[in-house]
Amino acid sequence: MTARAEGNPPASGMARRRTTTAWLFLLPSIAALGAAGGWPLIRTVWLSLTDATLSDPSDAHFVGLENYAWLVSDPEWWRSVGNTVIFAVVSVGIETLLGLVIALALDAHFRGRGLLRAAVLIPWAIPTVVSAKLWAWMYNDVYGVVNEVLLRLGLVAAPVAWIADPDYALAAVIAVDVWKATPFMTLLILAALQVLPRELYDAARVDGAGPILTFFRVTLPLIRTGLMVAIVFRMLDAFRVFDLIYVLTGSTEETMSMSIFARRELVEFQDMGYGSAAATLVFVVVAVFTVLFVTFWRVRLEPVR
Amino acid sequence: MTIRRAVARAGFYVLVACIVLYTVFPFYWGIVSSFETGSALFDADLLPSNPTLENYVAVFEGQPFGRNLLNSVVVAAAVVAISLALGLGAAYALGRITFRGRSFLLLLVLSTSMFPQVAILAGMFELIQWLGLYNDLGALILSYLVFTLPFTVWVLTAFMGELPKELEEAAIMDGASPLATIVFVFVPLLAPAMAATGLLAFIAAWNEFLFALTFTLSDEMRTVPVAIALMSGASQYELPWGRIMAASVIVTAPLVVLVLVFQRRIIAGLTAGAVKG
Repeated sequence: MTARAEGNPPASGMARRRTTTAWLFLLPSIAALGAAGGWPLIRTVWLSLTDATLSDPSDAHFVGLENYAWLVSDPEWWRSVGNTVIFAVVSVGIETLLGLVIALALDAHFRGRGLLRAAVLIPWAIPTVVSAKLWAWMYNDVYGVVNEVLLRLGLVAAPVAWIADPDYALAAVIAVDVWKATPFMTLLILAALQVLPRELYDAARVDGAGPILTFFRVTLPLIRTGLMVAIVFRMLDAFRVFDLIYVLTGSTEETMSMSIFARRELVEFQDMGYGSAAATLVFVVVAVFTVLFVTFWRVRLEPVR
Repeated sequence: MTIRRAVARAGFYVLVACIVLYTVFPFYWGIVSSFETGSALFDADLLPSNPTLENYVAVFEGQPFGRNLLNSVVVAAAVVAISLALGLGAAYALGRITFRGRSFLLLLVLSTSMFPQVAILAGMFELIQWLGLYNDLGALILSYLVFTLPFTVWVLTAFMGELPKELEEAAIMDGASPLATIVFVFVPLLAPAMAATGLLAFIAAWNEFLFALTFTLSDEMRTVPVAIALMSGASQYELPWGRIMAASVIVTAPLVVLVLVFQRRIIAGLTAGAVKG
């Protein structure tokens, strides 16, 4: 860069000025992200190596990896890891299938398409806490509409306590996440579908391929990257799930996620060191997952429209 | 053939109807329940038999819900304003200027948006106490930037990079400073993109729960999601469902209306953030 600049003095002054301008305009954002993201993250990692308590974080002593050693032998932590993995895999799996079906429907031209798109956006627009409350009310063991419908259809003999029953709690939570997050999946898949040229479908039809064959041989391979990006975004979200589970089932063992475990140690039990260790592991899981994906799929990291 | 086609068509519309019912029903049910009290609340009627506004009045009486709404508006508006102002400058640098370190910065911005919120909870708590912002809306405004700013920068960079070069060159020829170029040339052209990203940032801030739950303490400082989550009745087993539903409708209805009005822009903004392989 410097060599080229020396050969062309006027342009170099211009280029240097442009670079200075760039950094000047970037400075506020870098400072804000450093203060709101970078610094707290570094401190969390540091605190995870200490015996800090929430009531007096300044009185902390370095304890090395002790918190992590406790963590790996804590069955409750492993339970929350298991719950989170089941939650992420099952809900994102169902969301992908449902999202594909709805996106394909939205990609077709038919009367009432606008209505369908508007309807699909509604769960996305509803705050997670509100979604959790709406479903908690529908799941109510005595007066809930879910039990009412199932009773009338004769599918259950007696009302089920969907949230309180350990056998159903995780499934109930997953069902709410599917309802809430499928719209996001649908929109990303739809965006991938809409850039496909129509001629491809015409060509497939001319070749005598039915809709199912066309889907698996033409559509799916072409939207593969878009689909993977959508799945990864959702997975990252699912791995850090907090609100939905906290509001629906609290900190019960059957549904506790890694984030809920970390916050409970940190805030309710005031054990800042131990909670930070759990939080750091959540970060590591998400980071490793992201790096693996970016390398494996060779995703080009450029903002594009 | 025509019969088969008619059946397929009918089947398609049944599918569409099922999707609409699935996505809309829970919110519809919440609205119906919010207009019912007493025993009517516990009957599964599709329309409120005796509609009443009692719950809506009660929400504002038992707790500082009006204040909670105001808190949410203040926090979300401040977060949007700061994110757009900072994001616009960063997007100008990243979208219009080629310089060493650009790709690295883009990567940094993107990775910040992947941070699990819980991973910065402890460090943020410490920082907030140090700044004297515990139980203060300022704590929420600062911490929300960690998820609204990267997203704003990313999407605005995508839009900014697309605008023709000549526009900026003309402004430079006229002797306009970079700041003047951004304000008078780019902002008018980016207004739709800014509206979309601003709206998405507003929704994200409006809905945030974990930070709001952890960094505020008193009922007066709560934002609406926390207020709704913590609403309780006489006992733990007797939740005031009518009131909870009324509060839910109050915080959700404006959002749903906004999203439906701006749906095209929102979809464009959401998908512009996606990475292309």
